[in-house]
Amino acid sequence: MRKNVLLRAVRLGVRSLMLHKLRSLLTTLGVLFGTSSVIAMLAIGEGASEEAQEQIRQLGSQNVILRSLKPREDFATGTQQTTRVVAYGLTDEDLARVQETFPAIESVVPAREIYEEVRRLDRAMNPRVLATLPVYRDVTGRVVAEGRFLNWKDEQAVANVCVLSDGVARYLFPFESPLGAEVRIGGDYYTVVGTLLDRVRSSDDSAPAGQSTAEVFIPLETGRKWYGGMQVKIRAGSREMEEVDLHEIVIAVDAPENVQLVANAAREMLARNHKQADYQVVVPLELLLRAEETKRIFNIVLGSIASISLLVGGIGIMNVMLATVTERTREIGIRRALGAKRRHIVTQFLVECVVLSVGGGLLGVALGLLIPILVERFAEMRTIVTPFAPLLAFAISAGVGVVFGLYPAWRAATMDPVEALRHE
Amino acid sequence: MSAPAPRQNGEPVAELEHVSRIYRMGETLVTALDDFSFRFQAGEYWAVMGSSGSGKSTLLNVLGCIDRPTGGIYRVRGHDTSDLDDDQLSEVRSRHLGFVFQSYNLIPQLNVLENIQVPLFYQDDPPPDGDERARALADRVGLGSRLHHRPTELSGGQQQRVAIARALVNDPALILADEATGNLDSQTALEILELFDELHAEGKTIILVTHEPDVSNRTQHVMRLKDGRIEEVQRDQNPAPVPAGSAR
Repeated sequence: MRKNVLLRAVRLGVRSLMLHKLRSLLTTLGVLFGTSSVIAMLAIGEGASEEAQEQIRQLGSQNVILRSLKPREDFATGTQQTTRVVAYGLTDEDLARVQETFPAIESVVPAREIYEEVRRLDRAMNPRVLATLPVYRDVTGRVVAEGRFLNWKDEQAVANVCVLSDGVARYLFPFESPLGAEVRIGGDYYTVVGTLLDRVRSSDDSAPAGQSTAEVFIPLETGRKWYGGMQVKIRAGSREMEEVDLHEIVIAVDAPENVQLVANAAREMLARNHKQADYQVVVPLELLLRAEETKRIFNIVLGSIASISLLVGGIGIMNVMLATVTERTREIGIRRALGAKRRHIVTQFLVECVVLSVGGGLLGVALGLLIPILVERFAEMRTIVTPFAPLLAFAISAGVGVVFGLYPAWRAATMDPVEALRHE
Repeated sequence: MSAPAPRQNGEPVAELEHVSRIYRMGETLVTALDDFSFRFQAGEYWAVMGSSGSGKSTLLNVLGCIDRPTGGIYRVRGHDTSDLDDDQLSEVRSRHLGFVFQSYNLIPQLNVLENIQVPLFYQDDPPPDGDERARALADRVGLGSRLHHRPTELSGGQQQRVAIARALVNDPALILADEATGNLDSQTALEILELFDELHAEGKTIILVTHEPDVSNRTQHVMRLKDGRIEEVQRDQNPAPVPAGSAR
């Protein structure tokens, strides 16, 4: 008999609540929305930060990336001047210094950007055309979709070959495999030897061509040979000539603990050799750490907002239970007269509160698991439901029932039986 | 019914010794029971009468251990209740006392069978045969076919029968009834009073608070209260009952 005391208490609680179905349902709503918003917010926050972190990770967490940066044009920009040469950025000397003097590096990958249109038949687009070394793929961890990436033979032969990113391949070759076909970059023809998966591997099949993920790779030497150091950028109404040796140098560091060391060395080296700030040092590891910190703060903020709604839900339960206790004063009096001890009354009302909040919590978990699915479907945002989130939300909702049930239950238990029996 | 503990008629089941109960009503003190001494003995059937404010409700509450006397000693089945704490008093109620109220006071969430068993649920060591006892008692009061009905599905008379069955389930020393027929029409009231007569004949000890002469005329003894004291005790106004066991 003793074993099912709790079971009986729960059954009685459910029955008492069923006497006022609408009231009980409305009371659970607060906890329901609180619980579901905790889960949904954590899932969305987790998804967003995961996406950011993945992008950073794709840059390579053991990499240090040096980039050329066009300096601010604070010197007199002739208003009528439409043609001029701007020389800036990373130089071949920088590359040599890195390669020769830096400790703890695994490989160094220089890259040049070519400002040329890529065409095939009547289709044209402006992807980022990079002239680089075969190790680029290893260092950035890009994945070959079809064919192969550039190799050293291409480099030595100064071959006219190229590798397309997935988006480019799809746009230029909508109906066939691009392997072996030719595309025109500027004035020259290049044979496609492979394609790479896009950087952000989400479901952006529909991403319009020409986005930043659209990339074409050619051998570094080929780029040097055909496009030289000076390039012309044609913009609406102006022609701009630039002289840039290298647009990017990716340094792969041998161990994570040396990343900071190499980054500092690079900053120092560049600061000494460049007169102006025409470079940028990107350290994905630093970004990653910062993103993790951001995520932590984000989670705390979202979590507290959601917790406030749980708190409000709890107060709602307490409010209704206090009214219920007053309403059922007579029942309490009867039970006390028939021999109920204070703890029996406390248990009875506490169980009712917990049934309410746990009921709301369960519905909330269901809703909270549904919201991320809908968000993913319609807002096209990544969401991640960690198993921890529903458990946490559920535990909190049960806790809310106990905490906010204690006072009403205590009020019920400490009533004077004689007074309670006289209550109408 | 399970066999009641062997009990001799004449054994005191409820003894009050110089019991007083004083309330504070704002500034003034109200003496509801004033140096009240009496012995209720096993098998007796009492009507307690008196005008309102005479102390009869307080007497019933003290007898029922839901109110504590301010002075004096109250013993149930020989056990002094003065030093008991709230939990122990509750245990005394669930084990040794049965209540029948004017407005039936069944618990709306529970069906007939469960309502009858409520006092057993609250005992520290509930008997294993609660269900059987409740079924037998429901039969005994004529509701054996309505075990799973809720109180709202029963008439007033039926509800009061369930309440009486509930008052019997723990085989109490005392059955305390407060205006038990007050809410019933005269026919139903008569049926309930006949049920009390039967219980009396079986040897139960019953104390009935009432202000209706129709009710007090049927009981074995009558006590009249005034200002918290016994005004008059009228013993054996009706012939002694048929000894327990031979009836029915």
